[in-house]
Amino acid sequence: MSSPVPTGEGSPGASVATNTSPGLRPPTRRGTELVMLSFAAGLVTLALILVELNQERSLSLRILYLGLAYLGLFACAHLAVRRWAPYADPAILPCVALLNGLGLVVIHRIDLANEGTVFPDGSVWDPVAFKQVIWTAIGLLLFAATLKFLTDHRMLARFGYTFGLVGLVALMLPGVLPGFIAPEINGAKIWLRIGPLSIQPGEFAKILLMVFFAAFLVSKRDLFTTAGRRFLGMDLPRARDLGPLFAAWGVAVAVMVLQKDLGSSLLFFGIVLVLLYVATERAAWVVLGLGLFSGGAVVAWKLFTHVQQRVANWQDPIARYEKIGGGYQISQSLFGLATGGIGGAGLGAGRPEMIPEANTDFITAVIGEELGFVGFAALLLIYMIFALRGLRSAIAVRDSFGKLLGGGLAFAVCFQVFIVVGGVTKLIPMTGITAPFLSYGGSSLLANYILVALLLRISASARAPQRAPKPKPQQPAIADQHTVMVERPK
Amino acid sequence: MQLTRAGFLVLLWLFVLAALRVVRSDLYAASGLRASGLPGFRRSEKSARGSKAPRQLVVTHGALTGTRISLDGRPILIGRADDSTLVLDDDFASTRHARLSMRGTDWYVEDLGSTNGTYLDRAKVTAPLRVPLGTPIRIGKTVIELRS
Repeated sequence: MSSPVPTGEGSPGASVATNTSPGLRPPTRRGTELVMLSFAAGLVTLALILVELNQERSLSLRILYLGLAYLGLFACAHLAVRRWAPYADPAILPCVALLNGLGLVVIHRIDLANEGTVFPDGSVWDPVAFKQVIWTAIGLLLFAATLKFLTDHRMLARFGYTFGLVGLVALMLPGVLPGFIAPEINGAKIWLRIGPLSIQPGEFAKILLMVFFAAFLVSKRDLFTTAGRRFLGMDLPRARDLGPLFAAWGVAVAVMVLQKDLGSSLLFFGIVLVLLYVATERAAWVVLGLGLFSGGAVVAWKLFTHVQQRVANWQDPIARYEKIGGGYQISQSLFGLATGGIGGAGLGAGRPEMIPEANTDFITAVIGEELGFVGFAALLLIYMIFALRGLRSAIAVRDSFGKLLGGGLAFAVCFQVFIVVGGVTKLIPMTGITAPFLSYGGSSLLANYILVALLLRISASARAPQRAPKPKPQQPAIADQHTVMVERPK
Repeated sequence: MQLTRAGFLVLLWLFVLAALRVVRSDLYAASGLRASGLPGFRRSEKSARGSKAPRQLVVTHGALTGTRISLDGRPILIGRADDSTLVLDDDFASTRHARLSMRGTDWYVEDLGSTNGTYLDRAKVTAPLRVPLGTPIRIGKTVIELRS
């Protein structure tokens, strides 16, 4: 909130050159974006060629067509940005394109590894790479539609409470609905099954709730900065202002208990805390929130076996390797990462069929095995650049709502990556959550493309030249004005 | 085989570096802070006026610390209103809080009926007061001063 806003220029009184003069119009940098996108598409094509080579499949021109089709897909997204958000940030879309493309290649690679596998229950491995391509295309359509219809991110603030309600319902729905609509898959009750489609409403709820919190905090910010008692060098908030924090905490705990979904619960509460911190600049909120969350987590650990399992698996996965619901998954993921080592096994040369849930929760472990530490670090850096550009746009944008929303969105992606990579590498207990843009999953991909569109919209409004204020009619000084004789009314 | 493996990693890192280059060249474009220090602009002004005349307004405390606005003789409006020259995002400032204006060669500060008042050094501003160089003007949590 307190970032130095460049209020000086563009207004009368400051002799700073205004951005609006044609000579100083900031570059839109759309060309840079296109070059970077081509680079990303080239890398993805190369990755696909390597996978096919290492799997000893016949190479054909088809791969080049696939690469070109991929470039075409993102070229359309690029044209949408060029048309509807010309000043958007040039680094965000290429990063997303590369992450999504690598995700597609790795999903295809896992399909190849598992081709023809028959599971103990008699079902055959179902290749999903093509479905993910369709989801990517739909995601990009949604992305373009968001850019087209949301001409100003401040429009969202008006529907803050509506979004909040819808988001809350979407988040809680799978937890309270009966099992035939909301089945429990892999121990988590986060899915809604409508006909042939399974959707994960929590992914969309994440964005809706962020919009709500940003709008809510902007309108009620004064409340939260009112100081209460001072304690240990912190200004504690007044007890009655804690309501929203307790509400968020309650929702997070309910998600943890009803849906058995630790990841979403942690993600949701983390986002609320960061938004509160960004809005108020008070460390006290973070300390209080973390205290509340740790308290809740400890109680949940005492009460629920599925939480106890996760923690035990985290403390020593290999000791619990043989147990049902034990450390098998994390152990296999660690073995994969160890096989990869520094330089990796090479794309297509690893053994991802050994890693469970390889194309969703553990996709980063597969990437770690095949690209090694070096490639994995590059991947994390790409996420970092994405988040960095998001935060940068949030700092540069001029309105408080945009700042909060942009900061929240960028942080959400960052935090989600932390939760999933932390779980895969045994830094924190594993909590099934998707890796943004990499994992297989339609809901996650669609929601994340909407998120990218929102970030691009905010960055476009941050980088666009300010419109020159309307020149006020210049009134001559009092002394220069004509004197008019007015007759006194009789 | 080994070559392709290493080659792909190198290309991946080249992408990261290229993205960082884009970020670097874009650092200032988004913030707009660079615009306040156009060197040629300042020099030409220096020759135009004596060296004693205040040439910029600097925010020394508060959320906008470090912000500089060059003075060109037009009045400067300070407040929370969007069309102010210095827009304060401060709960203790009024919508139209204060105005700095030039008369002759001196700058004067006047309070525009703010709730919490404007202070020149320690004195509350009730009528237009002359602002000497380097004297702090306090508005809410923000402190500004004129510099040459």
